[in-house]
Amino acid sequence: MAPGTLDWATIRHRYLRREQVLGIVYLLFAIAIWTLFLPHVEAGAKAKFGLNVVTGVKPIPVPDLVVPARETILLLGFIAAFMGGWQLSRGFKEPQALLAVLLVIFLLAFLVWATAGKSFNLTGMLASTVLRATPIAFGALSGVWCERTAVINIAIEGMMLSSAFTSVVIASATGSPYWGLLAAIVTGAVLGLVLAVLAIRFRVDQIIAGTAINIFAIGLTSFLSHSWLSVRQDLNAAPNFKPIPIPLLAKIPVLGPMFFDVNLIVYIMFALVIITHIILFHTRWGLRMRAVGEHPKAADTLGINVYLTRYISVTIGGIIAGIGGAYFTLGSVGRFDEVMTAGKGFIGLAAMIFGKWTPIGGFIASFIFGLADALQVKMAILRVPIPSEFLLMAPYLVTIIVLSGVVGRAVPPAADGQPYVKE
Amino acid sequence: MSTQEKKRQEHNKEQQPAEAAKTLPWWRVVLDVALLPFLAIITALALSSIFIIISDTELLALWRHVFSEPGVVLSASLKKLELSYGALISGGLGNPSAIWDGLRTWIQTGDSTKLITSLEGIDRTLVYSTPYIFAGLAVALGFRCGLFNIGVEGQLFVGAMAATYIGYSIKGLPMLIHLPLALTAGALAGAIWSAIAGLLKAYTGAHEVVTTIMLNYVAFRLSDYMLTGPMKRSGFNPVSPPVEKSAWLPKLAPDPLRFHAGFFLALIVAYFVYWFLWKSTWGFEIRTVGANPNAARYAGMSIAKNFILAMAVSGALAGLSGTSEILGVNHFMAQAFSSGYGFDSIALALLGKSHPLGVVLASLLWGFLRAGATRMQSAADIPIDIVQIIQGMVIVFVAAPALVRMIWRIRAIAEEGETIFTRGWGT
Repeated sequence: MAPGTLDWATIRHRYLRREQVLGIVYLLFAIAIWTLFLPHVEAGAKAKFGLNVVTGVKPIPVPDLVVPARETILLLGFIAAFMGGWQLSRGFKEPQALLAVLLVIFLLAFLVWATAGKSFNLTGMLASTVLRATPIAFGALSGVWCERTAVINIAIEGMMLSSAFTSVVIASATGSPYWGLLAAIVTGAVLGLVLAVLAIRFRVDQIIAGTAINIFAIGLTSFLSHSWLSVRQDLNAAPNFKPIPIPLLAKIPVLGPMFFDVNLIVYIMFALVIITHIILFHTRWGLRMRAVGEHPKAADTLGINVYLTRYISVTIGGIIAGIGGAYFTLGSVGRFDEVMTAGKGFIGLAAMIFGKWTPIGGFIASFIFGLADALQVKMAILRVPIPSEFLLMAPYLVTIIVLSGVVGRAVPPAADGQPYVKE
Repeated sequence: MSTQEKKRQEHNKEQQPAEAAKTLPWWRVVLDVALLPFLAIITALALSSIFIIISDTELLALWRHVFSEPGVVLSASLKKLELSYGALISGGLGNPSAIWDGLRTWIQTGDSTKLITSLEGIDRTLVYSTPYIFAGLAVALGFRCGLFNIGVEGQLFVGAMAATYIGYSIKGLPMLIHLPLALTAGALAGAIWSAIAGLLKAYTGAHEVVTTIMLNYVAFRLSDYMLTGPMKRSGFNPVSPPVEKSAWLPKLAPDPLRFHAGFFLALIVAYFVYWFLWKSTWGFEIRTVGANPNAARYAGMSIAKNFILAMAVSGALAGLSGTSEILGVNHFMAQAFSSGYGFDSIALALLGKSHPLGVVLASLLWGFLRAGATRMQSAADIPIDIVQIIQGMVIVFVAAPALVRMIWRIRAIAEEGETIFTRGWGT
């Protein structure tokens, strides 16, 4: 609502201007690539990208990728400049996707610049990108489930944090990560139900209800971790999920370590992306969900139970956030630390918006956030002359840039955030 | 004053039927307004007893025998609760008989040491509540414009950084110039930081909840960088150099009490916010945009301008929150110097119904809870995070009056004024 609900003339005016602004933004990317990276690369320096991993199931070895640094950066800049020119003169149809491409080009140029004269394991970074994208993708999927039925779920962060806590305690107590995962699912479902009851039954402002859940989750997990886990260290040492290589597929170079040699929770994420897509767009239930999110009154008239649809979807959203929470502990080192989710739930929300409230779009967006995050970690190894604190800011800055929708407005489900009152 | 402005002010009066239609005696009004928040706090405190009991592993083990020996278990639990809540009260207010005793000794002998030690509880409550007032006002002002500023914590860090820098880098200024300069720097830095979110909201529709949270993380990293790099004091610890004495907020009580002028500054600012929102044209526009953006636009108000303005003023208040903490209490900046004042402020604004007076009262309560929780931690071994648990519950209960009514079985009292908090994704 707020500033967006303008009359048609203003929208058209703004839209036209936006396309030109976009073209200029693309050109600025090109200039940034040339001015930031080019002057600092010596002529003839080569960037060596390793494509083989040394851990896990070794894929079929392939030769490393060696590129001339200066020329590559020049070329990447030209691609960005060409896209800018095209946007200014002709205009692209899918500017949202284009921004993603542009961000990747920028990151690649950054990578080539940082690697010039050194070597860097690209496959390792891509594999770690998938791992870092996983919780963000869970957040995005959780958001899709809730918001497609018009309930804003800002509590993803709190749901993840709580589930991370319960999963580690249960998994440590039982000695099985599967029980931990179940505990995470139950926790997520309960918190999802709490949000649903507050938002649907009591019609609390959804953003405030979500914030309350977040604060409550931070308080409760920190409280219990101080009073309990600090005494019972044995409850904070859970067995974690080990990577499961898929025969043959895991042997594919580059793609194998990324997608086919990961742990159970990551596979669940891949599966959920596809399942959510199918349910949302190819089943009767999905159609109902979307109807409830776009026009609850019409849906109600047609005999769809709006409240029930919302309760179920939000609870499922909570469950998905819960599995994402288990990833922080069981999918990683099997330990809980205070406030360990560090804003991933919110980045997941941004990924959902960037992905236009679709599961596949959300997954791709999560991948870009994961890439920014993984780069930030690997850069420390390359000794880039940028203070580590600034690299740590990168994922958050990317979130802000993406959210501000440099590329067109993302349109949420029409009834998003509004409680429905049955007449 | 143009006629248009007068019209607006008249319109303003009409717009508040809840305030205009109050023909009830004033104490009924106060009761009606205060009842739900009061019950919300009571409910939250009662529920937090559960967490106090489960945090004690021995007591929890005892609960296994609740069916065979209910008397023993219950009396042990009550004892624990008495110890905890007793520590909460004595930590936040002090012991009345000790205060009386101290006062008598002081009058009789002129020896004030006893009195001063007995006042430590109240002192802590007032000192803790000072940053809360500023931060609570920041969120409340945002709510009035329909903006949810969760970025108070980050703005507080940025404000504190700027104030610290001005505080230690400029030397030899008289206090009359140095202190206002440092305060202004803190407020300005907070304002600029949050205006970013306001600008993004106004011109791109990016929702302030997510952008301000992201800006929080950026501010934390920035302060990490500053304190380990450019602003680092020589030595091992990542802390800033000490602030010059000329930039300190004057201390108003003898050592070891820490009560400083910041508290009165906070009260003055609270009055200013009241004046700004209800007596100035800018404030009127901000409230109109918050109440109904469409109506505001048809009345010719710029929504973008008001979003940016409200966000900037809100950020300035948040910046002052950190600044008062630096110039009044710490006198230098350290990493993580603020323990979540920014997040607590959301509960304060909700509890105070986004009204400056309500926020001041809520902040005093929160200062008391925090001071008491510190004592609870040392005396009853309860982690201080209990405060956050209480907060989460208070937010839920205040935001869902129906829930409180259901628990306490009370009917809807007066017609509740529709308080606008946030709206959708703003897209």
